[in-house]
Amino acid sequence: MLSYAIRRFLGAIPTLFVIITIAFFMMRIAPGGPFDSQRRLPPEIEHNIQAAYNLDKPVYQQYGIYLDRLAHFDLGPSFKIKDFSVTQLIEQGLPVSARLGASAMLLALILGISLGTFAALYQNKALDYGVMTVAMVGITIPTFVTAPILTLIFGVYGVHLFGYDVSLPVGGWNDGAFANMVLPVTVLALPQIAIIARLVRGSMVEVLRSNYIRTARAKGLPDHLIVTRHALRAALLPLVSYLGPAIADLLTGSLIVEQIFGIPGIGRYFVQGALNRDYTLVLGVVICYAALIIALNLIADLLYAVLDPRVRYER
Amino acid sequence: MNMQPLNADSEETLERAVAIQGRSLWIDARARLFKNRAAVVSMVILAVITLMAIIAPMLSPYPFDKLNFNLVSCSPDWWPDKMVLCNAGGAHWFGTDALGRDLFVRVLYGARVSLAVGLAATFVSLVIGVAYGAIAGFFGGRVDELMMRFVDILYSLPYIFLVIILMVVFNRDIFLLFMAIGAVVWLTMARIVRGQTLSIKQKEFVEAARAAGVGQFAIIRRHIIPNVVGPVMVYVTLTIPTVILAESFLSFLGLGVQEPLTSWGVLIQDGTNQMETAPWALIFPALFMAVTLFCFNFIGDGLRDALDPKDR
Repeated sequence: MLSYAIRRFLGAIPTLFVIITIAFFMMRIAPGGPFDSQRRLPPEIEHNIQAAYNLDKPVYQQYGIYLDRLAHFDLGPSFKIKDFSVTQLIEQGLPVSARLGASAMLLALILGISLGTFAALYQNKALDYGVMTVAMVGITIPTFVTAPILTLIFGVYGVHLFGYDVSLPVGGWNDGAFANMVLPVTVLALPQIAIIARLVRGSMVEVLRSNYIRTARAKGLPDHLIVTRHALRAALLPLVSYLGPAIADLLTGSLIVEQIFGIPGIGRYFVQGALNRDYTLVLGVVICYAALIIALNLIADLLYAVLDPRVRYER
Repeated sequence: MNMQPLNADSEETLERAVAIQGRSLWIDARARLFKNRAAVVSMVILAVITLMAIIAPMLSPYPFDKLNFNLVSCSPDWWPDKMVLCNAGGAHWFGTDALGRDLFVRVLYGARVSLAVGLAATFVSLVIGVAYGAIAGFFGGRVDELMMRFVDILYSLPYIFLVIILMVVFNRDIFLLFMAIGAVVWLTMARIVRGQTLSIKQKEFVEAARAAGVGQFAIIRRHIIPNVVGPVMVYVTLTIPTVILAESFLSFLGLGVQEPLTSWGVLIQDGTNQMETAPWALIFPALFMAVTLFCFNFIGDGLRDALDPKDR
């Protein structure tokens, strides 16, 4: 187990390296540089700027310099956001993105698991079909459609329930105040709720047919105990391997959600950086994302082995 | 090894046998597909949307890029809460956008672009994915390991990030957009084809072909690829909505098609900007896109059930 973990960890390093290399050279092929502007600067000044960021050297040397700095955990200065290093920007943005993502994941797990379980318990009844139809809607309708529509309903028109105004702010972060989190987290969680509900329903249906559940029923355990004590444990296993793809989905979704709701996370930096050729910022965010995904995939695989004693990673 | 020498005659018999079996499978599958009500309805709706996208902009009196500053963001006549009415006698069925262009025509024009991107990019991914997967699976060993390792690496980054970088690199040309998305979404296709190839290459007919002296690439082309068509078709119908989504995603971020051309993503983005004053500009493109994505997903599910009945 430990040797497997170490091997996987070491295997992640070349993966990251290849991703960094691809991203680095792709950004450099792009026409235009970070310091192009409408008004041409005097050549001396332009040369000085280029030299300050090592942009006057051949690309392979820049690549070497970048890797050298990276080995010292330095992601370099941002080319466009003056006076900030990429590390600082990520330090500011990552907690915001992480909080958004983690809340969405938590919401998705709670709702997805309960909806999926109920659908499985009432298999092929109206409740099942209802939940699965809604899940299909959740999966097919993209974030950038649900976000504006929910904003329209809850933010612009406003909603009044039982005499209370439950309208929500349509943007901004406000240091993660609850009201500001509701809409972005919901939007981000919707597709995940749907996917998790489908996953859980599928595995739950299978588990409920197995022999040990029949045994539990035969000895007279009430239904809710059978589900919570026996069935859920086995039915939730496939969820663990969904963790990796879920994180990737959340990150993609957060690009849009951060843009729409004006949330200062790192997804927004990526889009801005790509648009105005902020090489170091884009690379920094890509590295950060890739590392996160690789790490979570690794954790998911290890967790799977811990939870399911039938899985063994020996070799 | 228990192999009898094959002469031309028995190879022909063999091929005929394969052909007969293949046809009956397809007939079965078609019958099952047409029994699936959701899939049939989806096919009809998609056909209608496609036809409308092709024909309607030609028949409409409003060109998709004609600005009309007298009719900026006017609501359709039947809109319940009357804002700015188009006093053109109900001809603007979906109202107009912020530049006074007819929204009905623009939504259908966007459908053209979105569907075209969906088909073209899926085709690119089909070609790359099938070739890549078949070669990796067929040759196996080192080649396979190296090729699939590369796929694994690309997998560890959400593909949209690569597409964004590619779009920045290639400067937002619409044909390059097709290529960029297609060049990134082939990964799953390659995996599926590789898995199928691994099992097909163990089959007797491949052994027979090899014994008859057929070249390796000819075996891949004539014997492997025709046998992966089923799963590939299912995945293609599921790739098209992914690609449409990816394109809209990019357009929404301002990295996709450029004015005056439009796509559903661009229209939704425009609609979002003015949803307080002109909600129809958001609702119609969003509705069209959602329905289309729905249909593709239902058809994909239906196809999978039809081609692989043991899954049910």
